[in-house]
Amino acid sequence: MSQKPARSLTLFLLLAPAVLWLGLLIVLPHVEILVLSFSERVAPRVYAFGFGNYLEFFTEPLYWRTFARTAIMSIIVTALTLVLAFPIALYIARVAQGRLKAMLLLLCLLPFWVSELVRTLGWMILLRETGIISYTLRAIGLADQPVELLYNDGAVILGLVYGGLLFMIVPLANALESLEPSVVEAGFDLGGSRWTVLRRIVIPHAMPGIVAGSIIVFMLTVGNFATPVLLGGKNGLWFTEQIYAQFITRFNWPQGAAFGMLLLMLSSAIVWAGLRLTGQSLGTTLKQA
Amino acid sequence: MAHSTDLDLVNVIKRFGSHAAVNDVSFSVAPGEFFSILGPSGCGKTTLMRMIAGFENPTSGDIRIRGKSMIGVPANKRPVNMVFQSLALFPMMSVGENVAYGLTCRDVSRAEAEERASRMLERVGLKGFGERRVTALSGGQRQRVAIARCLVLEPTLVLLDEPLGALDLKLREHMKIELKQLQSTFNTTFAYITHDQSEALVMSDRIAVMNQGKFEQVGSPRELYHNPATPFVASFVGETNKWQGEAAAAANGAISVRLPSGTVVQGQGKVADKASLAFVRPEAVALAQDASVLSSLPNRFEGRVSAVLFDGANSSLLIDTAGFDQPVRAVLPQAGPLAGIQVGAPIHVGWTADAMKVFAA
Repeated sequence: MSQKPARSLTLFLLLAPAVLWLGLLIVLPHVEILVLSFSERVAPRVYAFGFGNYLEFFTEPLYWRTFARTAIMSIIVTALTLVLAFPIALYIARVAQGRLKAMLLLLCLLPFWVSELVRTLGWMILLRETGIISYTLRAIGLADQPVELLYNDGAVILGLVYGGLLFMIVPLANALESLEPSVVEAGFDLGGSRWTVLRRIVIPHAMPGIVAGSIIVFMLTVGNFATPVLLGGKNGLWFTEQIYAQFITRFNWPQGAAFGMLLLMLSSAIVWAGLRLTGQSLGTTLKQA
Repeated sequence: MAHSTDLDLVNVIKRFGSHAAVNDVSFSVAPGEFFSILGPSGCGKTTLMRMIAGFENPTSGDIRIRGKSMIGVPANKRPVNMVFQSLALFPMMSVGENVAYGLTCRDVSRAEAEERASRMLERVGLKGFGERRVTALSGGQRQRVAIARCLVLEPTLVLLDEPLGALDLKLREHMKIELKQLQSTFNTTFAYITHDQSEALVMSDRIAVMNQGKFEQVGSPRELYHNPATPFVASFVGETNKWQGEAAAAANGAISVRLPSGTVVQGQGKVADKASLAFVRPEAVALAQDASVLSSLPNRFEGRVSAVLFDGANSSLLIDTAGFDQPVRAVLPQAGPLAGIQVGAPIHVGWTADAMKVFAA
């Protein structure tokens, strides 16, 4: 008789940390930000409810252009990461055996022992005007003056792809590992070329992993701050910089909150579109990640 | 021009490091033949099959299909299709797409491929299954899809790698018959590998018994069973009694084998004056409650039933017999007078000299 309340108490205690974490750190701040984003400054220190912050976003071209640029660049970064990670994951999952496999995964993980900031600074050391690449190019006579490789879109994409690679490789390798070797062999045996086997067997099998990796990399990229700022400099123009500027530089929290909500909507919309496009459900995708 | 053989292997050797997985194997398979390679696991039969399919290359020797050497021809260009042990159906495709896959790889138009796939499905008894997921099929149906997927390509040769291994006993018995029927209706050459001697005996026109990378004997199921060429074949194919002893030539071409206990048995074979192995099939052992019934047999012994192994038509007795270190196994006919025999009952056993095969150990 007394078992039922005891059991529900256990359940409650077990769930409590997760509920608290979700409630206090995720839901509560977002509700706060949502509320904040609808408050307009009508006079110094006087706020009223209104859509002004959102209207501001659409009327000021810098804002929505940065927004669109962030979205498009993030999609490019995600696609590039996928293309780069696929052969690596394929090698780790299907070719490498035993210790080599563990070592390769560790190698992918290794850069993440260093903070993102330091990793990005590492790229700056390589790419800047007085950096190693510039120096080498001059030393072997391919350039006659210092080459500035930083502060352009290429550098930003490079840094973001580098940062996202691991998060693409792991779900992809997981998905590819579960593909039975004899299924691939059957694909060849029945007359399929390498391309046919890849297109009709390997990629469809890896689809949940592809989508999972893409969602993770896309979200990490869209919300990234340090990499575009450091590698892109003034040309970085990432939407997170606008949020930062509103909150910290301009001290316009309601405007920053509105931008934050817009970014959340953007990433949700693109993830939803991606899932629809590939016919995957969020459930199977999360299992793969 | 038709070639007289579909498949020829000529002195094929495959080494992994210093170990020869396949050691100098040669054989030919005639068109329309059901050829089995029977051997214990690790005997090299899977390696042999993978070389024919094109997943491995022989270290030396030649593999020819209809007289054309396949050395250097990749798997996807060989007129050979394989039914895998795990069946390896494509789970991302429907049943119809699985069967049509090979056709679309050959640039057959989508409409024609679908049409031919659905006709093939009809022939293997899966009419209307084209839209289903392969995961929604039963074991026997999946088996038929795997075979249909090969046969639709009209290959010269279909390779089957223990495809019945994963099925339960009842279905396996059923699929044995079904496979044999499919093979004869399509009149396609089948090369089948298995470690299950019953599968090989039931389905095959010819069987090669393989052991440690070599063929021990190639012959019809009856030949292998009744006239094994080596002690390995004698003990691997079918149930048998096996005793060790010293052989010596005896009268009228027979061989007498002296067992360690001093008991002498009469058999047939080629060896003399050597350590030997003697084999007798359980069904060749005659049983009688009265010794006089067996008086014409050269090998007659008296024993006591130590165990009754009841298995319907396959029932047998283990009989503790004086002079034999292991009990004699004999088939117990369930329609005879001995059907109700109990453990401990005295019994007489006997067999002819022809029934006992003697080999050098």
